[in-house]
Amino acid sequence: MDGMKHVVLALAAAALAPAAAAQEPVKIGIVTFLSGPAAAPFGVPARNAADFVIEELNAGKAPAPYGKKGFGGSPLEMVIVDEAGSTTTQVTEFRNLVQRQNVDLVVGYVSSGNCLAIAPVAEELKKLTNFFDCGTPRIFEDASYKYVFRTSPTATMDSVGAALYVKDAKPGTKSIAGLNQNYAWGQDSWGDFELAMKTLVPNIEVKTSQMPKLFAGQYNAEISALLSAKPDVIHSSFWDGDLEALILQAGPRGLMKQSLTILTTGETAMHKLGSQIPDGTVLGARGPFGPYAPANQYNKWFHGGFVGKYKSEPNYASYQMAQAILGVKLAWEKAQDANGGKRPSNEQVGAALENMSYEGPGGTVKMAIGKGHQAIMETAYGQTRLAGGKLTVVNVKRYPAEKVNPPEGMKAADWIKGGFKAQ
Amino acid sequence: MDGAIYSAWLFIAALGLTLIYGVMKIVNVTHGSFYAIGAYAAASLTAAWLARGFPPMLSYAVLVVAAIVVAAPFAILIERVILRFMYTKDEVVILLATYALFLILEDVIKLIWGVDPYFIAEPYALLGSFQVADMAYPTYNLLLVAAALVFGGGLAWLLHSTRAGKLLLAVIHDPEISRAMGVNVGRYYLATFALGSLLAALAGAFTAPTVSVVPGLGVDVIVLSFAVVVIGGLGSLPGAALGAVIVGIVRSLSVHYLPQLELFVIYFVMAAVLAVRPRGLFSLAEPRKI
Amino acid sequence: MVLASLALLAAAGPWLPQWAMFIVTIAFARGLVALGLLLLLRAGLVSFGQALFYCLGAYAAGAIGRFFGVSDIFIEMLVGGTVAALVAFVLGFLLARYRGIFFGLLSLALSMILYGLLVKTEALGSTDGFNIAPSTLFGVRPPPDWVRYSVLLSAAAVASLCALVVHRYLHTPMGRLAPAIKDNEIRVEYMGASARKAVHVTYVIAGALAGIGGALAATAVGHIDPDMAYWTTSGEFIFITILAGTGSVAAPFVGALLYGSIHTLAYGLSPNTWQMSLGLALLMLIVFLPEGLWSLATRHARHS
Repeated sequence: MDGMKHVVLALAAAALAPAAAAQEPVKIGIVTFLSGPAAAPFGVPARNAADFVIEELNAGKAPAPYGKKGFGGSPLEMVIVDEAGSTTTQVTEFRNLVQRQNVDLVVGYVSSGNCLAIAPVAEELKKLTNFFDCGTPRIFEDASYKYVFRTSPTATMDSVGAALYVKDAKPGTKSIAGLNQNYAWGQDSWGDFELAMKTLVPNIEVKTSQMPKLFAGQYNAEISALLSAKPDVIHSSFWDGDLEALILQAGPRGLMKQSLTILTTGETAMHKLGSQIPDGTVLGARGPFGPYAPANQYNKWFHGGFVGKYKSEPNYASYQMAQAILGVKLAWEKAQDANGGKRPSNEQVGAALENMSYEGPGGTVKMAIGKGHQAIMETAYGQTRLAGGKLTVVNVKRYPAEKVNPPEGMKAADWIKGGFKAQ
Repeated sequence: MDGAIYSAWLFIAALGLTLIYGVMKIVNVTHGSFYAIGAYAAASLTAAWLARGFPPMLSYAVLVVAAIVVAAPFAILIERVILRFMYTKDEVVILLATYALFLILEDVIKLIWGVDPYFIAEPYALLGSFQVADMAYPTYNLLLVAAALVFGGGLAWLLHSTRAGKLLLAVIHDPEISRAMGVNVGRYYLATFALGSLLAALAGAFTAPTVSVVPGLGVDVIVLSFAVVVIGGLGSLPGAALGAVIVGIVRSLSVHYLPQLELFVIYFVMAAVLAVRPRGLFSLAEPRKI
Repeated sequence: MVLASLALLAAAGPWLPQWAMFIVTIAFARGLVALGLLLLLRAGLVSFGQALFYCLGAYAAGAIGRFFGVSDIFIEMLVGGTVAALVAFVLGFLLARYRGIFFGLLSLALSMILYGLLVKTEALGSTDGFNIAPSTLFGVRPPPDWVRYSVLLSAAAVASLCALVVHRYLHTPMGRLAPAIKDNEIRVEYMGASARKAVHVTYVIAGALAGIGGALAATAVGHIDPDMAYWTTSGEFIFITILAGTGSVAAPFVGALLYGSIHTLAYGLSPNTWQMSLGLALLMLIVFLPEGLWSLATRHARHS
């Protein structure tokens, strides 16, 4: 354990240099993928965002109202854990983080399976935990929590937004097809999209739903099946390696030209594959992130600083991590003020975070559903256009938060089936 | 058509594995690592080649050379330093050793190449595409099929027509007697392991232009290759070919007609084949101890 | 000796930190699976698919909780073990015919088929799985601070019981056939015993043990997902079995504990390269302790 302690201390020392506060540091546990295929698109960009944001916060350089150093003057210390491995491993490591390393709170988790497993453990251990990325709506649909929060919208938003965009961009759509990975994420994404399309266009025809194995890598057979089915619209929630393989394999075969192709998490491919993405492909960023982020002061600070430090663009995972930390900071400071300037307890921070609304690099975050524990945001979709060697998005349409997220107390599936009406 | 392409890919991937098992009787989990090393080496070196403005048409050669040049030292190192001392041990222990090596190599790859995905699309796109029954197929995939034939044929020729190959066959049948006859079995093991691993690396290299090379690339290949090899019969070259073809066709059919089963159709085939022919389709006869 | 350590654990238990209790509980769960593997290994069979039963046991335990509202920890383990045993009985008819690498790979194939089936079943949450409610002991729900300890104690009790049963089994005529089968099956048949039957029985016992382990793990972690049937999970169990050695029925539990500790240490010390650390550790163990950890204990005993 000594080795780890030295690393953490070094990190803290580097971040603490300018801070003169003699207050006890706030230990944040950060859990995200440091190895395996999810590291590159989510884990590492998220970790980089965490590094950057914590550094800036400790130096007091973030724009108001995030200007206080660290959390309410207490310097931040980051303890990082790799999210790779089975849920048993993750639960073990979460318990270690909380009980052995004594972190003050936890921000993390990309995998929905892990989120589902960790949520009850967080409640049991009474540790404030903020899920920054995982998409399943089940967390707050299946149960209520006091200590668990999620400052990013659920995956439902991506599918509903996609359906709305299809209706706007290609009003005469008669048939759809899906190409999604055969696991919970892919199944749910397609399920939500199919349901939403059926609600918006009652006689829509589903030509085929291809569900290759996660990380299959080779999609020639599926692409052939889609080419011969000739749907008007193709929906895919592929991410990272699979997404890039799909683009590389389908592009030259003209799939995107034949059908309007929506890649709901396509934003991560923009930066690396840029010129390989055929014009007209619809890209999603799981919310108002990346190219869809507003031009507010927070985005200027975050985007500019991130690019300056890492020489690469922050993707939506980076944005989500940034707003997760900022949200918790705001709640912490609110609670601290209400507590007479003394260090707030997890319960007090939780109470402050509940139903809170705040601004971040992605815009407004409203903790509006899941009894105030689940965030909603607007979303945006746009189509790619290669202009002068640089990939841009055109034809961008934004959809307000209430239109793409279910209302409080309603299950996503029921909401979609009911025609998107609040009860 | 898809079946042929997938089969070709499977065949190249499985070839090295069946060779190593046939000769050395070890189940080589590092097979996946070499596949990944080949892919990473090919992707990074080809990208560097193209960035320097060298002729793109030669990039195919770079793929091959990169894979061989980078994978070979790893293979030789592993065999000489670690595996050499394990041949007398139990099959399972050797398997676990290769599993341990696989874990180590995964992180070594990460340390060398990082976690970002690599991709080189040029070799894939360069050859253009051709039409089959109103669907466009990139010509690159034909290259894959050709490569499969070359490797398969080449290996078969090597084993049956060259002196070294025939000696290798002898070693496959009975290492003890071969040793007694003066064959340097140790050297053959090294050569086999190197060759098998290089084949895995080449499979990875050829796949690299069509996918995004990411960490964890080797993991699934291991199980798929094993399935193909077991279906065909461990240690049998024609078996591996037939196994690859069967799996490729079955999978393509299932993708078109029954996408639900795609996930585990390969395991069904494996279970079905093993139920009917317990040693795989073409298997080497093994003497029984009385 | 087993009872002694159980008593020791029961006494020391409440003073262990909670996170350690958790690790020990999981070690018991994995140890059970490894115990089954030990039996198979003695007969010369390596099953790469014990995860199949581990997962079945877990899902069975979860199912009775979800659909029937049962939450008693002992019932969960019993149901898990029984379901697994039944499946093992059926599959055994097919598998008992194979030996060596084919046994291993066929068992792997079956395990992956279960994985595929579970991933396809959205009603059970597909790859996200679902959660299990905290367990009760004989109808009593332990107070929050004592949950970890009570689960640990139940685990220890069940594990010791199983270990004792296996120990007895190894001294029965059928149990003693295992090394004979490993060595020379034809002679076994000449002697009038049925190798096939012995393998079948061993497989069922191993399956049942893995099922109990799976149910226990599910309760302790609180979450079940199809990953429990993936081949890498089977790989972990084999790792533990080889690590521990086949010397004694207590060995698998010690091995599981060590594995859990190394795994956690690797995560903590080298979060960016834990795979390498784990691999190196395993490699060194294989090279220096080919008979497993238990050989350390026996070697010492022999010399003294």
